[in-house]
Amino acid sequence: MSVSFKVNGKAVTVDAPSDMPLLWVLRDVLDLKGTKFGCGVAQCGACTVHLKGVPVRSCQIPVSSLNGLEITTIEGLSTDGTHPLQIAWQEIDVPQCGYCQAGQIMSAAALLEQKKKPTDADIDQAMGGNICRCATYNRIRKAIHRAADIKNGGASTTAPSGAAK
Amino acid sequence: MTISPIVDRRDFLRVIAVAGGGVLFGAYARRLDAAPAGAPLVADPFVPNAFIRIMPDGKVTIIGKNPEGGQGIKTSLPMIIAEELDVDWKMVTVEQAISDQSKYGVQFEGGSLSTPMNYDLMRQIGASARFMLVAAAAKTWGVPDSECTTAHGAVTHAASKRTLPYGKLLATAATITPPEMVPAVNGPPGVSKLALKDPKNFKILGTRVPQVDDKKIVTGKPLFGIDVVVPNMHYAVFEKCAVFGGKVVSANIDRIKAMPGVKAAFVVEGGDALDGLLSGVAIVADSWWHAKTARAQLQITWNEGATAQESSEGYTKRATELSKLPAEKVVRKDGDIDAALKGAAHTAEGAYYYPFISHATLEPQNCTANFKDGKLEIWAPTQMPQPGRQLVSKTMGIAENDITIHLTRIGGGFGRRLKNDYMVEAAWIARQAGLPVKLLWTREDDMHHDHYRQAGYYWLKGGVDAKGALVAWRNHFVMDSVAANQFPARFIPNYQLETSALPHGVPIGALRAPGSNGLAFVIQSFIDELAHAAGKDPLQFRIDLLSQTLVASTGPADARIMDAERMKGVLELVREKSGWGKKKLPKGTGMGVAFHFSHAGYFAEVVQATVSAKGVLKIDKVWVAGDIGRQITNLSGAENQGQGAAIDGISEALGQEITINAGRVVQNNFDSYQLIRMPVAPPVEVHFRLTDNPPTGLGEPALPPVIPALCNAIFEATGKRIRSLPIGTQLNG
Repeated sequence: MSVSFKVNGKAVTVDAPSDMPLLWVLRDVLDLKGTKFGCGVAQCGACTVHLKGVPVRSCQIPVSSLNGLEITTIEGLSTDGTHPLQIAWQEIDVPQCGYCQAGQIMSAAALLEQKKKPTDADIDQAMGGNICRCATYNRIRKAIHRAADIKNGGASTTAPSGAAK
Repeated sequence: MTISPIVDRRDFLRVIAVAGGGVLFGAYARRLDAAPAGAPLVADPFVPNAFIRIMPDGKVTIIGKNPEGGQGIKTSLPMIIAEELDVDWKMVTVEQAISDQSKYGVQFEGGSLSTPMNYDLMRQIGASARFMLVAAAAKTWGVPDSECTTAHGAVTHAASKRTLPYGKLLATAATITPPEMVPAVNGPPGVSKLALKDPKNFKILGTRVPQVDDKKIVTGKPLFGIDVVVPNMHYAVFEKCAVFGGKVVSANIDRIKAMPGVKAAFVVEGGDALDGLLSGVAIVADSWWHAKTARAQLQITWNEGATAQESSEGYTKRATELSKLPAEKVVRKDGDIDAALKGAAHTAEGAYYYPFISHATLEPQNCTANFKDGKLEIWAPTQMPQPGRQLVSKTMGIAENDITIHLTRIGGGFGRRLKNDYMVEAAWIARQAGLPVKLLWTREDDMHHDHYRQAGYYWLKGGVDAKGALVAWRNHFVMDSVAANQFPARFIPNYQLETSALPHGVPIGALRAPGSNGLAFVIQSFIDELAHAAGKDPLQFRIDLLSQTLVASTGPADARIMDAERMKGVLELVREKSGWGKKKLPKGTGMGVAFHFSHAGYFAEVVQATVSAKGVLKIDKVWVAGDIGRQITNLSGAENQGQGAAIDGISEALGQEITINAGRVVQNNFDSYQLIRMPVAPPVEVHFRLTDNPPTGLGEPALPPVIPALCNAIFEATGKRIRSLPIGTQLNG
């Protein structure tokens, strides 16, 4: 079936099987590889995107329900990787394997929209649906606090060098 | 941009590994591929060896040789090169190597070996390029090499106050004969003729350097195996028998071929090796969703084989029977165990168990393959590319030289991707379908077809004398084997280690700190039982045990045998950092300690845990103290590994268990196989004790002690001894 919706501010029309989840539309139809497949049953959070600003598991949203919706993925969180969470994540060097981190950041971004200065309890509640298999939870927590500071006007250091090709 | 003169194509550097079986390690200079016609002219880089390219603008590209799976090696090995090359890290761009042993030497991720096997070699790779740049500057100025120094990617002749950045020295440097190098791949360090930096002058090593892929990760750029796209790529699923090693008898292939989007469907006969190509049905479609949808209609008749009779219950029943029989094998026997137990002032006894567990890498197994004109091209998140190439070559009858393997970032390794089953499946399916194919397993495939952490059953007896010294230890291990020197062997005068085999059909593989991740739980928990039997402080009891007179080693000499003094060092460090014995803890709260030596690393850890009256466990904090030698390569990566390993171990202890019923795995996904999540993960403090020993790896050794430290803390908090993992609901009620 053909559906029209918005991804990261851009209008798209895709032709896909009606039961194909948004996750696979993003990854394999629109070639947005940042949203990850981890479980397919809304247990790991690797596929988290925003639907009208609310974090959702894209593996559970079929194409048939997408008409007219507005989706934001990790690729659309900022135009140049300068969302406070993206800066904090690099500053604190959160990732190990990195596979879950896009989903973690999308969950955290929705939290920061709700809470200007989230507490540890807020973080536990907002992030409990995202598994980090490498268990970088200490640094994820620290980076969310740090991003809140940056968002609230705290100074941010420039992005670190040594980028990979 | 200036154009430097054409450099002759030549070998700049040849490195021969003298140790380790005469592996020829050729680090050859390679010019970049010639620019295509019409392309703008690009300046020639200086390519002193296979790992380094320096451009006229001073920018440096360094190759990361080993697969990156979250252990940070794509950052840390290039850091070592950059340190000795004496460039600033901000001048460096890192590129992932493809799998090419002739260029890069042995490439793998496993055994916490990347650092110990490459530390000296990477230093020499960097130093040899610096040597050539220094010689080039000296030649340019007509001064002796020895009067020149380097810093920040430039050579300086202080006496004449002249400085040239590396980028201005490229053409001359390319004419310099590289120094002879003999890397210490397996042998002793210091065999190089190159002058290496005094570690006191390190500017990059030992600092906190964020991973080079961080920006790509946080902006969602394609990096992982699952993200690979090649022209005309199709998508594959592969259904194997839920019973390990079961074979396809028949399948409704025609029905599947008629499903929307399906381009090919066929039975793969496969073989018997559980880590090779197994029997199953492949479906190739124009999208992964179409392939998966078609798979739901598959009807397969299987020949399940003998493993279908096996179950976890059956293993436990058989292990218990074996525990009552004389052991099959006495692996080690020191002193007189029976007399010592009889004469002991206090004894303890316990039956311990830990289950099969799964790697559950968050990126499910996948691989992309293209077979064209007799040649295979593979993109794989593998920890072991070369054995993968050999497996594919042997299974498919394709020469190794005709197989190219690109190394993608790995969405979690933990030992799962030491196996290459997904690689040979993708290659086979691509060839038979005649299409470039990305094979992607579902989470359920991944959980049902892992190479699991081996389960284990232990029956232990121990005794302490009137002074509280540990004098007797008997361990009957039912499952497979344990090394004769495994701690606490050598430290107890009357020691007997016995094993009985329990064969089964479950595929087994290495999982982060293999062997140790289960053994440490058993050994360090039972030591705790004996400390309590002796009425001693559990941490001091361990120091005393490590101070006992050593019994001679048996069996082959092992360079990686535990040094008691280094272990006492980290125990003292964790005692200090955790405030052990100095805190007044509330009722229901306890601190537990444990240590373990594995992968040449020394780790002692303390856990503080609280158990409520209703049996709800809260892990308050973890302190990790480690000794991995004289140099931490990347402090940021090292602390991250320490924290991750501790929380990963707690995750294993709390809820991870794979059970077998009718020869198949019961758990399907993360609802039934529980990994730790944010609200449960405790804060972890990581401390390192630097000792004058060669730097060793950190992917694994921080994990094993945390499990018994947690169980020992639970005992302090509740008086309940955890002898069986996972902890699960044992504290309830």
